[in-house]
Amino acid sequence: MLAYLIRRLLYALPILIGVNVITFALFFIVNTPDDMARMQLGVKRVTPEAIEKWKVERGYDKPLFWNGAASGTDKATETIFFGKSVRMFMLDFGRADDGRDIAREIGLRMGPSLAVAVPVFVLGMFAAISFALLLVYFRATYLDFAGVVLCVAMMSISGLFYIIGGQWLVSKVWHLVPISGYAEGLTAAKFIILPVIVSVLAGIGSSARWYRTIFLEEYTKDYVRTARAKGLSERFVLFRHVLRNALIPILTGAVVVIPALFMGSLLIEAFFGIPGLGSYTIDAINAQDFGVVRAMVFIGSALYILGLLLTDISYTLADPRIRLQ
Amino acid sequence: MKFVVLWSDALFFLLLAVAVASGIWASRVEHLRLSWRKVGQSQVGMAAATLLLAFVAVALLDSLHYRERLPGDKETYAVEVRSALDALLTGLRTRTEKTYSAPLATHSFAKETLDGEGRDFPRLKHGGAHLGENLAAHETDIAHKAVQGLGMGLVAWLVLWLLGAPLRRAAPHLAWSAAFATLLVLCLAAGAVAALAQGYHVLGTDKVGQDVLYLTLKSIRTGLLIGTLTTLIMLPAAVFLGLLAGYAGGWIDDVIQYLYTTLNSIPGVLLIAAAVLMMQVVIDMHPEWFATAAERADARLLALCAILGITSWTGLCRLLRGETLKLRELEYVQAAQALGVSGLRILSRHILPNVMHIVMIAIVMDFSGLVLAEAVLSYVGIGVDPNTISFGTMINTARMELAREPMVWWSLAAAFVFMFVLVLAANLFADVVRDAFDPRAVK
Repeated sequence: MLAYLIRRLLYALPILIGVNVITFALFFIVNTPDDMARMQLGVKRVTPEAIEKWKVERGYDKPLFWNGAASGTDKATETIFFGKSVRMFMLDFGRADDGRDIAREIGLRMGPSLAVAVPVFVLGMFAAISFALLLVYFRATYLDFAGVVLCVAMMSISGLFYIIGGQWLVSKVWHLVPISGYAEGLTAAKFIILPVIVSVLAGIGSSARWYRTIFLEEYTKDYVRTARAKGLSERFVLFRHVLRNALIPILTGAVVVIPALFMGSLLIEAFFGIPGLGSYTIDAINAQDFGVVRAMVFIGSALYILGLLLTDISYTLADPRIRLQ
Repeated sequence: MKFVVLWSDALFFLLLAVAVASGIWASRVEHLRLSWRKVGQSQVGMAAATLLLAFVAVALLDSLHYRERLPGDKETYAVEVRSALDALLTGLRTRTEKTYSAPLATHSFAKETLDGEGRDFPRLKHGGAHLGENLAAHETDIAHKAVQGLGMGLVAWLVLWLLGAPLRRAAPHLAWSAAFATLLVLCLAAGAVAALAQGYHVLGTDKVGQDVLYLTLKSIRTGLLIGTLTTLIMLPAAVFLGLLAGYAGGWIDDVIQYLYTTLNSIPGVLLIAAAVLMMQVVIDMHPEWFATAAERADARLLALCAILGITSWTGLCRLLRGETLKLRELEYVQAAQALGVSGLRILSRHILPNVMHIVMIAIVMDFSGLVLAEAVLSYVGIGVDPNTISFGTMINTARMELAREPMVWWSLAAAFVFMFVLVLAANLFADVVRDAFDPRAVK
């Protein structure tokens, strides 16, 4: 097990390096720092000095990979690739365009992101599984059919509609909660309750339908027939046998997104004014702050790889037949 | 008049040609024909397909582009690139108002200072202009026009019904009743809307006075293009790499797996955002590449499709790799190997046809997700060019309208309803196709 984990972690390294190379290529080779400077400073009245100044301020004035002018190890370290990409492995993300430290900012904004993402994850999963169980319990009836139709209709509605409609109905017409904003501590509840409900609603259609197919597939298995032949009640079969076995694919499918919860949701956070990592990313995209986008790409992929690892571990915990070696 | 073929038009036509060709091919292969027959026998499948075809027809009209010749002796052409749909909807396009007006309204939505009469709602330039001073006739006129339109729609449907008789006779077991019922609803709706659009703005006008109906119809092409071209762009790479990884194994497999795990591990939205930001810089730095604004917007649309394709091919590739691993061990493949058939030929003749159902299912399943993704991405500001009319840009420009007092709901409602119908039809169709093609599907 331990050997397996270590090997997996070592596998993760080339992937992270690959991600780094891709983002580096996107940000510095497809577009030279000069292009970016001109873009940021406005295309028209821009002098070479202004571009130089912009580049020096952000550390883009060095060579890409190899600094022949420097001495010793500085030949490799005094470059853009080292300064902007390799440093990320030491969790040093540099500064955003507004001068703030990106790592510190990420630490500050993680809390609000989690405050929304964790309830969404837990409640969303609970609601979808309950709904799917209900449909499966009444399988092959009109209730099941109507439920599936409802799921398909709900997943055909744009996520933007849930957000805009929810804000309009709950905040503007009913005046129940503020439209957007955030506060520390317990007062945060009134700000996060609407985003949580909206996200759960927006996601329930597709996940409930998916869980339903998993449950139904489980129902065709032999052990279910055996359980019924033993004379167990339908409810007992559903909760004790089918639910337990179906939880394996459901849980392992869900584990992969757990680390990504830190990233928050771009859309929800931007709409509801929650100062989390999602809105940080959106602001960076709109302000064309490349440093922040690069840092978020790096963290996102690291968390995804962590999620894959956790998935493997959760397999062994949920299903004793699987052994990692 | 000079015809203009934008890159996206060419690819869209290519896509349609591929679809028709593969349809002909499928009708010659026994098991594919049976699967498609199952789709055709499903009521839901036929109804959804009819709706989708209507959307495709609108998109097709909107893909025939031209530039008008300017009056004068010299051979000069207008800067704007128009489409056949624009020509059909010239009335809708040109009858713009000053600002917001509600659906079917005769008066503007906002009060204005009129000469000498204080502040009041001014009359619209075009909406209900034919009524003149006789405003009391407004409602009866709407009812009259609607009934007239419904009648026209019914007639059009009857004609289609008669024209469709040979089809129904040729394939009597297909669910034609569902298709023609859908068609009836479509014809009636289109007839009523067309009749009303002669004198009113059926879905109102937006902030700058453009007809919302025109905007929604134009959005269809963008949505369909994103949903289909993305798959088309990613398909060759995904299929080739997936089959190769599964069949060749060894270091080739390792490299391909590494490639897609790496791409997959970058959060999708961020990769798209980063790539779109970079693309924007490239496009802005090279204005000389594009002759017209339409070409630039088109390039941006295609680039967006390519970027979405890069982020979404990994799932299909992994599925195909797994399936190929399984097929590789089967006897008929081993027999081919023993007979000395070359690897490429085994892949193309023996394995590819047997994974086509996975490809097919992936194409239809991805479509609706991509249409929805376009709206979100355009909303975030990393989608299509702001000048391209799409559901996303419509929603984006209307984002603050619900907060107005009284609120302006029609742009948002129109965009959401059209998108909902398109995506719902695609989802239903995808379900039917999956059930028909997937041998493992739960019956």
